[in-house]
Amino acid sequence: MSTAVTQTWYMTQRQLRVFARQPAYAVITLIQPVIWLFLFGSLFRKVVRLGGFGTTSYLDYLVPGVVVMSALGANMWAGMGTLEEIQRGTLDRFLTTPVSRAALMNGNVVNNGLVTAFQSVVIVLLGLLGGADYPGGVGGIVLLVLASVLLGTVFGALSNALGMVVRERESIIGINTFLLLPLTFLSSAFMAPAQMPGWMRDIADFNPVNWAMVAGRSAMSERPDWGDVLGRGGALLALAVAAVWLSIRTVRSYQRSV
Amino acid sequence: MNTRAPAVEARQLIKTYPGDVTALGGMDLTVAPGTVFGLLGPNGAGKSTTVKILTTLARPDSGTATVAGHDVLRHPDRVRRAIGVVAQHSGADPVATGRENLQLQGRLYGLRGSTLERRVDALLERFALADAARRPVKGYSGGMRRRLDVALGLVHRPEVLFLDEPTTGLDPEARAAMWEEIGRLAGEEGLTILLTTHYLEEADRLAERIAIVDRGRIVVEGTPDSLKGELRGDAVHVELREPVGEAGRALLTAALTAVPGVHEVLCEGRRISVRADDGAASVPALLAALDRAGAGVASATVARPSLDDVYLRHAGRHYAGAGADTALAGLAGGVR
Repeated sequence: MSTAVTQTWYMTQRQLRVFARQPAYAVITLIQPVIWLFLFGSLFRKVVRLGGFGTTSYLDYLVPGVVVMSALGANMWAGMGTLEEIQRGTLDRFLTTPVSRAALMNGNVVNNGLVTAFQSVVIVLLGLLGGADYPGGVGGIVLLVLASVLLGTVFGALSNALGMVVRERESIIGINTFLLLPLTFLSSAFMAPAQMPGWMRDIADFNPVNWAMVAGRSAMSERPDWGDVLGRGGALLALAVAAVWLSIRTVRSYQRSV
Repeated sequence: MNTRAPAVEARQLIKTYPGDVTALGGMDLTVAPGTVFGLLGPNGAGKSTTVKILTTLARPDSGTATVAGHDVLRHPDRVRRAIGVVAQHSGADPVATGRENLQLQGRLYGLRGSTLERRVDALLERFALADAARRPVKGYSGGMRRRLDVALGLVHRPEVLFLDEPTTGLDPEARAAMWEEIGRLAGEEGLTILLTTHYLEEADRLAERIAIVDRGRIVVEGTPDSLKGELRGDAVHVELREPVGEAGRALLTAALTAVPGVHEVLCEGRRISVRADDGAASVPALLAALDRAGAGVASATVARPSLDDVYLRHAGRHYAGAGADTALAGLAGGVR
Protein backbone atom coordinates (compact mmCIF):
# COMPACT_ATOMS: atom_id res chain seq x y z
CA MET A 1 0.00 0.00 0.00
CA SER A 2 2.64 2.49 1.04
CA THR A 3 4.59 1.52 -2.09
CA ALA A 4 1.59 2.42 -4.27
CA VAL A 5 1.29 5.78 -2.50
CA THR A 6 5.00 6.52 -2.88
CA GLN A 7 4.89 5.51 -6.52
CA THR A 8 1.84 7.69 -7.10
CA TRP A 9 3.85 10.58 -5.73
CA TYR A 10 6.78 9.81 -8.07
CA MET A 11 4.39 9.78 -11.00
CA THR A 12 2.79 13.01 -9.82
CA GLN A 13 6.17 14.73 -9.54
CA ARG A 14 6.95 13.68 -13.07
CA GLN A 15 3.72 15.25 -14.33
CA LEU A 16 4.10 18.42 -12.29
CA ARG A 17 7.49 18.91 -13.88
CA VAL A 18 5.79 19.29 -17.25
CA PHE A 19 3.61 22.07 -15.83
CA ALA A 20 6.49 23.75 -14.05
CA ARG A 21 9.02 23.54 -16.89
CA GLN A 22 6.74 24.69 -19.65
CA PRO A 23 5.81 28.17 -18.44
CA ALA A 24 3.95 28.95 -21.66
CA TYR A 25 1.54 26.12 -20.92
CA ALA A 26 1.10 27.26 -17.32
CA VAL A 27 0.52 30.87 -18.38
CA ILE A 28 -2.10 29.91 -20.97
CA THR A 29 -4.09 27.85 -18.47
CA LEU A 30 -4.15 30.94 -16.28
CA ILE A 31 -4.78 33.57 -18.94
CA GLN A 32 -7.85 31.86 -20.30
CA PRO A 33 -9.89 32.20 -17.09
CA VAL A 34 -8.91 35.88 -16.91
CA ILE A 35 -10.37 36.35 -20.37
CA TRP A 36 -13.57 34.56 -19.35
CA LEU A 37 -13.87 36.70 -16.23
CA PHE A 38 -13.37 39.89 -18.21
CA LEU A 39 -15.44 38.89 -21.24
CA PHE A 40 -18.47 37.42 -19.53
CA GLY A 41 -18.16 39.85 -16.65
CA SER A 42 -18.58 42.76 -19.08
CA LEU A 43 -21.09 41.09 -21.38
CA PHE A 44 -23.56 40.00 -18.72
CA ARG A 45 -22.89 42.72 -16.13
CA LYS A 46 -26.47 44.01 -16.18
CA VAL A 47 -28.10 40.60 -16.15
CA VAL A 48 -27.88 40.53 -12.37
CA ARG A 49 -30.71 43.13 -12.26
CA LEU A 50 -33.11 40.40 -13.35
CA GLY A 51 -32.81 38.92 -9.87
CA GLY A 52 -32.27 35.43 -8.55
CA PHE A 53 -28.48 35.75 -8.50
CA GLY A 54 -28.28 36.19 -4.76
CA THR A 55 -26.00 39.22 -5.17
CA THR A 56 -26.02 42.61 -6.78
CA SER A 57 -22.59 42.20 -8.41
CA TYR A 58 -22.42 39.88 -11.40
CA LEU A 59 -18.71 39.24 -10.73
CA ASP A 60 -19.62 37.66 -7.36
CA TYR A 61 -21.87 35.27 -9.24
CA LEU A 62 -19.49 34.67 -12.13
CA VAL A 63 -16.30 33.69 -10.25
CA PRO A 64 -17.45 30.21 -9.13
CA GLY A 65 -18.82 29.62 -12.63
CA VAL A 66 -15.48 30.43 -14.25
CA VAL A 67 -13.59 28.36 -11.64
CA VAL A 68 -15.65 25.27 -12.45
CA MET A 69 -15.68 25.90 -16.18
CA SER A 70 -11.88 26.22 -16.18
CA ALA A 71 -11.56 23.00 -14.18
CA LEU A 72 -13.63 21.28 -16.85
CA GLY A 73 -11.67 22.82 -19.70
CA ALA A 74 -8.27 22.01 -18.20
CA ASN A 75 -9.02 18.39 -17.31
CA MET A 76 -10.98 17.15 -20.28
CA TRP A 77 -7.78 17.28 -22.36
CA ALA A 78 -5.85 15.00 -19.97
CA GLY A 79 -6.29 12.12 -22.42
CA MET A 80 -4.12 13.93 -24.97
CA GLY A 81 -1.18 13.70 -22.59
CA THR A 82 -1.88 10.03 -21.99
CA LEU A 83 -2.02 9.47 -25.73
CA GLU A 84 1.32 11.20 -26.18
CA GLU A 85 2.87 9.01 -23.51
CA ILE A 86 1.54 5.90 -25.24
CA GLN A 87 2.93 7.00 -28.59
CA ARG A 88 6.27 7.97 -27.13
CA GLY A 89 6.60 4.56 -25.50
CA THR A 90 6.65 5.95 -21.97
CA LEU A 91 3.62 3.98 -20.84
CA ASP A 92 5.06 0.71 -22.16
CA ARG A 93 8.33 1.43 -20.39
CA PHE A 94 6.54 1.89 -17.07
CA LEU A 95 4.35 -1.16 -17.63
CA THR A 96 7.42 -3.38 -17.85
CA THR A 97 8.63 -2.13 -14.45
CA PRO A 98 7.10 -3.28 -11.15
CA VAL A 99 5.29 0.06 -10.73
CA SER A 100 1.71 -0.27 -9.49
CA ARG A 101 -0.83 0.14 -12.28
CA ALA A 102 -2.98 2.30 -10.05
CA ALA A 103 -0.01 4.59 -9.38
CA LEU A 104 0.42 5.13 -13.11
CA MET A 105 -3.10 6.42 -13.54
CA ASN A 106 -3.40 8.09 -10.15
CA GLY A 107 -0.28 10.12 -10.82
CA ASN A 108 -2.35 11.85 -13.50
CA VAL A 109 -5.27 12.31 -11.12
CA VAL A 110 -3.19 13.87 -8.34
CA ASN A 111 -1.31 16.06 -10.79
CA ASN A 112 -4.51 17.28 -12.42
CA GLY A 113 -6.02 17.86 -8.99
CA LEU A 114 -3.09 19.99 -7.84
CA VAL A 115 -3.03 21.99 -11.06
CA THR A 116 -6.81 22.50 -10.89
CA ALA A 117 -6.62 23.61 -7.27
CA PHE A 118 -3.87 26.07 -8.14
CA GLN A 119 -5.80 27.40 -11.12
CA SER A 120 -8.99 27.72 -9.05
CA VAL A 121 -7.27 29.66 -6.29
CA VAL A 122 -5.72 32.02 -8.83
CA ILE A 123 -9.13 32.72 -10.38
CA VAL A 124 -10.66 33.39 -6.97
CA LEU A 125 -7.83 35.81 -6.18
CA LEU A 126 -8.20 37.51 -9.56
CA GLY A 127 -11.91 37.92 -8.83
CA LEU A 128 -11.04 39.45 -5.50
CA LEU A 129 -8.73 41.85 -7.31
CA GLY A 130 -11.59 42.75 -9.65
CA GLY A 131 -13.80 43.58 -6.67
CA ALA A 132 -15.71 40.34 -6.13
CA ASP A 133 -17.11 39.66 -2.69
CA TYR A 134 -17.04 36.19 -1.10
CA PRO A 135 -19.36 36.22 1.92
CA GLY A 136 -18.73 32.50 2.59
CA GLY A 137 -15.14 33.32 3.54
CA VAL A 138 -12.12 31.05 3.28
CA GLY A 139 -14.17 27.96 4.16
CA GLY A 140 -16.49 28.61 1.23
CA ILE A 141 -13.55 29.12 -1.12
CA VAL A 142 -11.96 25.86 0.01
CA LEU A 143 -15.19 23.99 -0.71
CA LEU A 144 -15.46 25.60 -4.16
CA VAL A 145 -11.90 24.57 -4.95
CA LEU A 146 -12.66 21.08 -3.70
CA ALA A 147 -15.76 20.85 -5.87
CA SER A 148 -13.84 22.01 -8.95
CA VAL A 149 -11.04 19.51 -8.23
CA LEU A 150 -13.61 16.70 -7.97
CA LEU A 151 -15.24 17.75 -11.21
CA GLY A 152 -11.82 17.98 -12.85
CA THR A 153 -11.05 14.47 -11.60
CA VAL A 154 -14.24 13.12 -13.16
CA PHE A 155 -13.47 14.56 -16.57
CA GLY A 156 -9.70 14.05 -16.36
CA ALA A 157 -10.07 10.37 -15.54
CA LEU A 158 -12.71 9.87 -18.25
CA SER A 159 -10.48 11.62 -20.76
CA ASN A 160 -7.54 9.41 -19.76
CA ALA A 161 -9.72 6.34 -20.10
CA LEU A 162 -10.76 7.49 -23.55
CA GLY A 163 -7.13 8.06 -24.55
CA MET A 164 -6.18 4.57 -23.34
CA VAL A 165 -9.03 2.81 -25.11
CA VAL A 166 -9.64 4.76 -28.30
CA ARG A 167 -6.10 6.03 -28.85
CA GLU A 168 -6.99 8.67 -31.39
CA ARG A 169 -6.50 12.37 -30.98
CA GLU A 170 -9.43 13.06 -33.25
CA SER A 171 -11.85 11.20 -30.98
CA ILE A 172 -10.78 13.16 -27.92
CA ILE A 173 -10.95 16.47 -29.79
CA GLY A 174 -14.34 15.56 -31.25
CA ILE A 175 -15.92 14.51 -27.99
CA ASN A 176 -14.49 17.45 -26.06
CA THR A 177 -15.58 20.13 -28.50
CA PHE A 178 -18.96 18.46 -28.67
CA LEU A 179 -19.35 18.44 -24.87
CA LEU A 180 -17.66 21.61 -23.64
CA LEU A 181 -20.22 24.25 -24.60
CA PRO A 182 -23.42 22.29 -23.84
CA LEU A 183 -22.02 21.23 -20.46
CA THR A 184 -21.10 24.83 -19.70
CA PHE A 185 -24.27 26.51 -20.90
CA LEU A 186 -26.62 23.86 -19.54
CA SER A 187 -25.48 24.92 -16.09
CA SER A 188 -25.76 27.91 -13.83
CA ALA A 189 -22.30 29.14 -14.90
CA PHE A 190 -23.51 32.48 -16.30
CA MET A 191 -27.20 32.59 -15.56
CA ALA A 192 -29.11 32.19 -12.32
CA PRO A 193 -31.31 29.08 -12.35
CA ALA A 194 -34.31 31.33 -11.65
CA GLN A 195 -33.79 32.99 -15.03
CA MET A 196 -33.29 29.76 -16.99
CA PRO A 197 -36.10 28.13 -18.98
CA GLY A 198 -37.66 25.31 -16.99
CA TRP A 199 -36.45 22.51 -19.28
CA MET A 200 -32.92 23.81 -19.11
CA ARG A 201 -33.04 23.88 -15.35
CA ASP A 202 -34.21 20.27 -15.37
CA ILE A 203 -31.34 19.21 -17.59
CA ALA A 204 -28.86 21.18 -15.50
CA ASP A 205 -29.93 19.16 -12.47
CA PHE A 206 -28.31 16.13 -14.11
CA ASN A 207 -25.18 17.99 -15.22
CA PRO A 208 -22.17 17.25 -12.98
CA VAL A 209 -20.70 20.60 -14.05
CA ASN A 210 -23.73 22.24 -12.51
CA TRP A 211 -23.39 20.15 -9.35
CA ALA A 212 -19.93 21.62 -8.80
CA MET A 213 -21.25 25.14 -9.39
CA VAL A 214 -24.25 24.73 -7.10
CA ALA A 215 -22.14 23.21 -4.33
CA GLY A 216 -19.37 25.80 -4.69
CA ARG A 217 -21.70 28.79 -4.95
CA SER A 218 -23.78 27.70 -2.02
CA ALA A 219 -20.68 27.17 0.12
CA MET A 220 -19.46 30.65 -0.81
CA SER A 221 -22.74 32.38 -0.06
CA GLU A 222 -23.68 34.13 3.14
CA ARG A 223 -25.99 31.32 4.26
CA PRO A 224 -24.85 28.06 2.65
CA ASP A 225 -27.45 25.40 2.03
CA TRP A 226 -25.50 22.48 3.46
CA GLY A 227 -27.91 19.98 1.97
CA ASP A 228 -27.02 21.31 -1.49
CA VAL A 229 -23.29 21.38 -0.73
CA LEU A 230 -23.12 17.85 0.70
CA GLY A 231 -25.61 16.34 -1.75
CA ARG A 232 -23.95 17.65 -4.89
CA GLY A 233 -20.47 17.30 -3.43
CA GLY A 234 -21.17 13.69 -2.47
CA ALA A 235 -22.51 12.93 -5.95
CA LEU A 236 -19.35 14.44 -7.47
CA LEU A 237 -17.17 12.37 -5.16
CA ALA A 238 -18.98 9.17 -6.12
CA LEU A 239 -18.66 10.03 -9.80
CA ALA A 240 -14.96 10.83 -9.39
CA VAL A 241 -14.28 7.50 -7.67
CA ALA A 242 -16.12 5.66 -10.45
CA ALA A 243 -14.23 7.54 -13.18
CA VAL A 244 -10.84 6.88 -11.57
CA TRP A 245 -11.71 3.20 -11.13
CA LEU A 246 -12.64 3.05 -14.79
CA SER A 247 -9.40 4.72 -15.85
CA ILE A 248 -7.36 2.17 -13.87
CA ARG A 249 -9.33 -0.63 -15.53
CA THR A 250 -8.34 0.68 -18.95
CA VAL A 251 -4.71 -0.31 -18.27
CA ARG A 252 -5.87 -3.91 -18.58
CA SER A 253 -7.75 -3.26 -21.81
CA TYR A 254 -4.72 -1.41 -23.15
CA GLN A 255 -2.48 -4.39 -22.44
CA ARG A 256 -4.89 -6.69 -24.24
CA SER A 257 -4.52 -4.62 -27.38
CA VAL A 258 -0.74 -4.14 -27.56
CA MET B 1 18.86 -21.44 -8.18
CA ASN B 2 19.93 -23.62 -11.06
CA THR B 3 22.24 -21.54 -13.22
CA ARG B 4 21.82 -23.95 -16.10
CA ALA B 5 18.11 -23.20 -16.46
CA PRO B 6 17.30 -21.17 -19.57
CA ALA B 7 17.08 -17.41 -19.09
CA VAL B 8 14.18 -17.29 -21.51
CA GLU B 9 11.98 -20.16 -22.54
CA ALA B 10 8.89 -19.84 -24.70
CA ARG B 11 6.69 -22.69 -25.86
CA GLN B 12 4.16 -22.46 -28.66
CA LEU B 13 3.31 -18.81 -28.23
CA ILE B 14 0.35 -17.81 -30.33
CA LYS B 15 -0.93 -14.27 -30.62
CA THR B 16 -3.59 -12.99 -32.96
CA TYR B 17 -4.62 -9.37 -33.22
CA PRO B 18 -8.12 -8.19 -34.08
CA GLY B 19 -8.84 -8.58 -37.77
CA ASP B 20 -7.31 -12.07 -37.78
CA VAL B 21 -3.76 -10.80 -38.02
CA THR B 22 -1.56 -13.63 -36.80
CA ALA B 23 1.47 -12.06 -35.15
CA LEU B 24 2.81 -15.29 -33.65
CA GLY B 25 1.96 -18.71 -35.00
CA GLY B 26 3.61 -21.01 -32.46
CA MET B 27 6.85 -19.37 -31.34
CA ASP B 28 9.38 -21.59 -29.54
CA LEU B 29 12.43 -20.01 -28.04
CA THR B 30 15.16 -21.02 -25.60
CA VAL B 31 17.91 -18.64 -24.54
CA ALA B 32 20.79 -19.89 -22.41
CA PRO B 33 21.77 -17.69 -19.47
CA GLY B 34 24.67 -15.30 -19.95
CA THR B 35 24.43 -15.30 -23.74
CA VAL B 36 23.44 -12.81 -26.40
CA PHE B 37 20.60 -14.15 -28.48
CA GLY B 38 19.48 -12.45 -31.67
CA LEU B 39 15.98 -12.60 -33.10
CA LEU B 40 16.40 -11.70 -36.73
CA GLY B 41 13.65 -10.95 -39.18
CA PRO B 42 11.98 -8.26 -41.23
CA ASN B 43 9.40 -5.84 -39.85
CA GLY B 44 6.17 -7.61 -39.05
CA ALA B 45 7.82 -11.02 -38.58
CA GLY B 46 6.74 -11.18 -34.93
CA LYS B 47 9.90 -10.11 -33.14
CA SER B 48 8.33 -7.21 -31.27
CA THR B 49 5.25 -9.22 -30.32
CA THR B 50 7.54 -11.88 -28.85
CA VAL B 51 9.36 -9.24 -26.82
CA LYS B 52 6.07 -7.72 -25.65
CA ILE B 53 4.90 -11.08 -24.34
CA LEU B 54 8.22 -11.93 -22.69
CA THR B 55 8.33 -8.52 -21.00
CA THR B 56 4.76 -8.93 -19.62
CA LEU B 57 3.38 -6.12 -21.75
CA ALA B 58 1.10 -8.30 -23.84
CA ARG B 59 -0.56 -11.65 -23.14
CA PRO B 60 -0.37 -14.51 -25.61
CA ASP B 61 -3.60 -16.18 -26.78
CA SER B 62 -1.99 -19.48 -25.84
CA GLY B 63 1.40 -20.92 -25.02
CA THR B 64 3.74 -20.48 -22.05
CA ALA B 65 6.87 -18.52 -21.35
CA THR B 66 9.29 -18.13 -18.48
CA VAL B 67 11.86 -15.39 -18.08
CA ALA B 68 14.61 -15.71 -15.46
CA GLY B 69 12.72 -18.71 -14.15
CA HIS B 70 9.42 -16.88 -13.63
CA ASP B 71 6.24 -17.54 -15.54
CA VAL B 72 5.25 -14.40 -17.45
CA LEU B 73 1.54 -15.06 -17.01
CA ARG B 74 1.46 -16.26 -13.42
CA HIS B 75 4.14 -14.05 -11.89
CA PRO B 76 4.49 -10.98 -14.09
CA ASP B 77 5.75 -8.93 -11.14
CA ARG B 78 8.69 -11.28 -10.55
CA VAL B 79 9.51 -11.15 -14.24
CA ARG B 80 9.39 -7.35 -14.21
CA ARG B 81 11.93 -7.19 -11.38
CA ALA B 82 14.30 -9.49 -13.24
CA ILE B 83 14.23 -7.83 -16.65
CA GLY B 84 15.40 -4.63 -18.25
CA VAL B 85 13.58 -3.48 -21.36
CA VAL B 86 14.87 -1.17 -24.06
CA ALA B 87 11.95 -0.89 -26.45
CA GLN B 88 11.98 0.68 -29.90
CA HIS B 89 10.45 3.78 -28.41
CA SER B 90 11.62 3.90 -24.84
CA GLY B 91 9.93 7.17 -24.16
CA ALA B 92 12.35 8.91 -21.87
CA ASP B 93 10.57 11.94 -20.44
CA PRO B 94 11.59 14.82 -22.77
CA VAL B 95 10.97 17.55 -20.19
CA ALA B 96 13.03 15.79 -17.52
CA THR B 97 16.83 15.67 -17.53
CA GLY B 98 18.78 12.49 -18.17
CA ARG B 99 19.55 12.23 -14.48
CA GLU B 100 15.90 12.70 -13.47
CA ASN B 101 14.81 10.00 -15.89
CA LEU B 102 17.30 7.57 -14.40
CA GLN B 103 16.38 8.52 -10.84
CA LEU B 104 12.69 7.87 -11.44
CA GLN B 105 13.39 4.57 -13.15
CA GLY B 106 15.57 3.48 -10.21
CA ARG B 107 12.92 4.49 -7.68
CA LEU B 108 10.32 2.36 -9.44
CA TYR B 109 12.55 -0.62 -8.67
CA GLY B 110 12.91 0.45 -5.07
CA LEU B 111 16.36 2.06 -5.22
CA ARG B 112 16.71 4.94 -2.77
CA GLY B 113 19.14 7.49 -1.40
CA SER B 114 22.86 7.11 -1.91
CA THR B 115 22.53 3.66 -3.53
CA LEU B 116 20.35 5.24 -6.20
CA GLU B 117 22.63 8.25 -6.67
CA ARG B 118 25.72 6.07 -7.02
CA ARG B 119 23.99 3.86 -9.56
CA VAL B 120 22.74 6.85 -11.58
CA ASP B 121 26.18 8.47 -11.54
CA ALA B 122 27.83 5.25 -12.68
CA LEU B 123 25.38 4.81 -15.56
CA LEU B 124 25.69 8.43 -16.70
CA GLU B 125 29.46 8.03 -16.69
CA ARG B 126 29.41 4.71 -18.46
CA PHE B 127 27.08 5.86 -21.24
CA ALA B 128 28.97 9.13 -21.77
CA LEU B 129 26.00 11.19 -20.58
CA ALA B 130 27.60 12.79 -17.53
CA ASP B 131 28.02 16.15 -19.26
CA ALA B 132 24.43 16.15 -20.49
CA ALA B 133 22.98 14.80 -17.24
CA ARG B 134 21.47 18.12 -16.22
CA ARG B 135 19.95 18.94 -19.59
CA PRO B 136 16.37 18.06 -20.57
CA VAL B 137 16.24 14.98 -22.78
CA LYS B 138 14.41 16.84 -25.57
CA GLY B 139 17.75 18.45 -26.45
CA TYR B 140 19.56 15.11 -26.79
CA SER B 141 20.78 13.68 -30.11
CA GLY B 142 19.40 10.36 -31.36
CA GLY B 143 22.47 8.50 -30.17
CA MET B 144 22.37 10.12 -26.72
CA ARG B 145 18.70 9.22 -26.33
CA ARG B 146 19.37 5.65 -27.28
CA ARG B 147 22.23 5.44 -24.78
CA LEU B 148 19.92 6.84 -22.12
CA ASP B 149 17.31 4.23 -23.08
CA VAL B 150 19.82 1.45 -22.52
CA ALA B 151 20.92 3.00 -19.23
CA LEU B 152 17.26 3.12 -18.13
CA GLY B 153 16.96 -0.59 -18.85
CA LEU B 154 20.03 -1.36 -16.72
CA VAL B 155 19.35 0.79 -13.69
CA HIS B 156 18.26 -2.11 -11.44
CA ARG B 157 20.92 -4.58 -12.68
CA PRO B 158 18.52 -6.92 -14.50
CA GLU B 159 19.25 -10.58 -15.17
CA VAL B 160 17.80 -10.45 -18.67
CA LEU B 161 18.01 -7.41 -20.92
CA PHE B 162 15.68 -7.02 -23.90
CA LEU B 163 16.96 -4.80 -26.69
CA ASP B 164 14.27 -4.24 -29.30
CA GLU B 165 15.87 -2.86 -32.47
CA PRO B 166 18.59 -1.05 -30.53
CA THR B 167 20.15 0.75 -33.49
CA THR B 168 17.17 1.45 -35.74
CA GLY B 169 17.21 5.08 -36.80
CA LEU B 170 20.77 5.75 -35.65
CA ASP B 171 23.41 7.21 -37.94
CA PRO B 172 26.36 4.91 -38.75
CA GLU B 173 28.62 6.48 -36.16
CA ALA B 174 26.09 6.19 -33.36
CA ARG B 175 25.34 2.64 -34.47
CA ALA B 176 28.97 1.64 -34.24
CA ALA B 177 29.17 3.14 -30.75
CA MET B 178 26.02 1.28 -29.70
CA TRP B 179 27.41 -1.99 -31.02
CA GLU B 180 30.54 -1.49 -28.99
CA GLU B 181 28.46 -0.81 -25.89
CA ILE B 182 26.29 -3.89 -26.40
CA GLY B 183 29.45 -5.94 -26.91
CA ARG B 184 30.73 -4.69 -23.55
CA LEU B 185 27.41 -5.50 -21.88
CA ALA B 186 27.54 -9.01 -23.26
CA GLY B 187 30.77 -9.58 -21.37
CA GLU B 188 29.14 -8.70 -18.06
CA GLU B 189 28.78 -11.48 -15.60
CA GLY B 190 25.55 -13.37 -15.95
CA LEU B 191 23.66 -10.84 -18.08
CA THR B 192 21.52 -12.45 -20.75
CA ILE B 193 20.63 -10.26 -23.72
CA LEU B 194 17.78 -10.90 -26.10
CA LEU B 195 18.22 -8.67 -29.07
CA THR B 196 15.85 -8.16 -31.95
CA THR B 197 17.04 -6.65 -35.17
CA HIS B 198 16.29 -6.50 -38.82
CA TYR B 199 19.92 -5.81 -39.65
CA LEU B 200 21.69 -9.01 -40.66
CA GLU B 201 25.02 -7.44 -39.95
CA GLU B 202 23.96 -6.51 -36.44
CA ALA B 203 22.84 -10.04 -35.56
CA ASP B 204 26.00 -11.49 -37.08
CA ARG B 205 28.18 -9.18 -35.11
CA LEU B 206 26.53 -9.17 -31.70
CA ALA B 207 24.68 -12.42 -31.16
CA GLU B 208 26.16 -15.75 -30.13
CA ARG B 209 23.04 -17.50 -31.31
CA ILE B 210 20.56 -16.34 -33.91
CA ALA B 211 17.01 -17.35 -34.63
CA ILE B 212 15.51 -16.29 -37.91
CA VAL B 213 11.87 -15.30 -37.52
CA ASP B 214 9.47 -15.31 -40.41
CA ARG B 215 5.69 -14.91 -40.27
CA GLY B 216 5.39 -15.44 -36.54
CA ARG B 217 7.60 -18.47 -36.07
CA ILE B 218 11.25 -19.40 -35.97
CA VAL B 219 12.43 -20.94 -39.22
CA VAL B 220 15.99 -21.73 -38.20
CA GLU B 221 18.27 -21.27 -35.21
CA GLY B 222 21.99 -21.64 -34.56
CA THR B 223 25.26 -19.76 -34.19
CA PRO B 224 25.99 -17.30 -37.01
CA ASP B 225 28.86 -19.50 -38.13
CA SER B 226 26.91 -22.74 -38.10
CA LEU B 227 24.09 -21.10 -40.04
CA LYS B 228 26.51 -19.79 -42.62
CA GLY B 229 28.46 -23.06 -42.62
CA GLU B 230 25.29 -24.93 -43.41
CA LEU B 231 25.51 -23.37 -46.83
CA ARG B 232 28.18 -25.22 -48.70
CA GLY B 233 30.44 -23.31 -51.07
CA ASP B 234 29.79 -19.81 -52.38
CA ALA B 235 26.86 -17.77 -53.42
CA VAL B 236 26.71 -16.51 -56.99
CA HIS B 237 24.28 -13.67 -57.55
CA VAL B 238 23.26 -12.89 -61.08
CA GLU B 239 21.30 -9.83 -62.06
CA LEU B 240 19.30 -10.20 -65.27
CA ARG B 241 18.56 -7.36 -67.67
CA GLU B 242 14.88 -8.19 -67.62
CA PRO B 243 12.68 -9.99 -65.11
CA VAL B 244 11.56 -13.48 -66.13
CA GLY B 245 8.04 -14.86 -66.06
CA GLU B 246 6.78 -18.04 -64.42
CA ALA B 247 7.64 -20.27 -67.37
CA GLY B 248 11.02 -18.68 -67.95
CA ARG B 249 11.82 -19.05 -64.29
CA ALA B 250 11.31 -22.82 -64.34
CA LEU B 251 13.34 -23.06 -67.50
CA LEU B 252 16.24 -21.05 -66.10
CA THR B 253 16.17 -22.93 -62.82
CA ALA B 254 16.41 -26.24 -64.67
CA ALA B 255 19.19 -24.99 -66.95
CA LEU B 256 21.29 -23.68 -64.04
CA THR B 257 20.74 -26.69 -61.80
CA ALA B 258 22.23 -28.81 -64.60
CA VAL B 259 25.56 -26.97 -64.32
CA PRO B 260 28.11 -29.17 -62.49
CA GLY B 261 28.89 -28.13 -58.89
CA VAL B 262 25.63 -26.19 -58.48
CA HIS B 263 23.39 -27.13 -55.53
CA GLU B 264 20.61 -24.63 -55.31
CA VAL B 265 19.03 -22.09 -57.59
CA LEU B 266 16.56 -19.43 -56.58
CA CYS B 267 15.05 -17.10 -59.10
CA GLU B 268 13.27 -13.98 -57.94
CA GLY B 269 12.33 -11.30 -60.46
CA ARG B 270 15.60 -10.19 -62.03
CA ARG B 271 17.71 -11.78 -59.33
CA ILE B 272 19.08 -15.29 -59.51
CA SER B 273 20.92 -16.77 -56.53
CA VAL B 274 22.99 -19.87 -57.06
CA ARG B 275 24.83 -21.95 -54.50
CA ALA B 276 27.95 -23.57 -55.94
CA ASP B 277 30.93 -25.54 -54.61
CA ASP B 278 33.36 -23.14 -56.20
CA GLY B 279 31.63 -19.95 -57.17
CA ALA B 280 34.36 -18.43 -59.31
CA ALA B 281 34.86 -21.64 -61.30
CA SER B 282 31.13 -22.00 -61.97
CA VAL B 283 30.57 -18.48 -63.28
CA PRO B 284 31.55 -19.16 -66.93
CA ALA B 285 29.33 -22.26 -67.12
CA LEU B 286 26.45 -20.43 -65.45
CA LEU B 287 26.72 -17.49 -67.82
CA ALA B 288 26.89 -19.83 -70.80
CA ALA B 289 23.76 -21.64 -69.60
CA LEU B 290 21.91 -18.35 -69.22
CA ASP B 291 23.09 -17.28 -72.65
CA ARG B 292 21.74 -20.51 -74.18
CA ALA B 293 18.44 -19.94 -72.44
CA GLY B 294 18.33 -16.47 -73.98
CA ALA B 295 18.52 -14.50 -70.72
CA GLY B 296 20.54 -11.28 -70.86
CA VAL B 297 22.88 -10.83 -67.88
CA ALA B 298 23.50 -7.42 -66.34
CA SER B 299 25.95 -8.50 -63.64
CA ALA B 300 27.30 -11.50 -61.78
CA THR B 301 28.97 -11.53 -58.36
CA VAL B 302 30.50 -14.24 -56.22
CA ALA B 303 30.25 -14.00 -52.43
CA ARG B 304 31.03 -16.01 -49.32
CA PRO B 305 27.83 -17.09 -47.60
CA SER B 306 26.18 -14.31 -45.58
CA LEU B 307 23.23 -14.32 -43.22
CA ASP B 308 21.21 -12.97 -46.12
CA ASP B 309 21.82 -16.27 -47.87
CA VAL B 310 20.75 -18.13 -44.73
CA TYR B 311 17.60 -16.06 -44.65
CA LEU B 312 16.99 -16.62 -48.33
CA ARG B 313 17.39 -20.35 -47.92
CA HIS B 314 15.07 -20.69 -44.95
CA ALA B 315 12.47 -18.03 -45.58
CA GLY B 316 12.51 -18.59 -49.34
CA ARG B 317 12.73 -14.88 -49.97
CA HIS B 318 15.44 -12.32 -50.25
CA TYR B 319 15.86 -10.44 -47.04
CA ALA B 320 15.43 -7.00 -48.56
CA GLY B 321 12.26 -8.06 -50.34
CA ALA B 322 10.74 -9.81 -47.33
CA GLY B 323 8.98 -6.75 -45.97
CA ALA B 324 7.23 -6.28 -49.30
CA ASP B 325 6.16 -9.92 -49.10
CA THR B 326 7.32 -11.16 -52.49
CA ALA B 327 6.07 -14.57 -51.52
CA LEU B 328 8.05 -17.34 -53.13
CA ALA B 329 7.31 -19.99 -50.58
CA GLY B 330 6.21 -22.53 -53.15
CA LEU B 331 9.33 -22.10 -55.21
CA ALA B 332 11.57 -22.26 -52.17
CA GLY B 333 9.94 -25.56 -51.24
CA GLY B 334 10.95 -26.91 -54.63
CA VAL B 335 14.52 -25.74 -54.20
CA ARG B 336 14.92 -27.35 -50.81
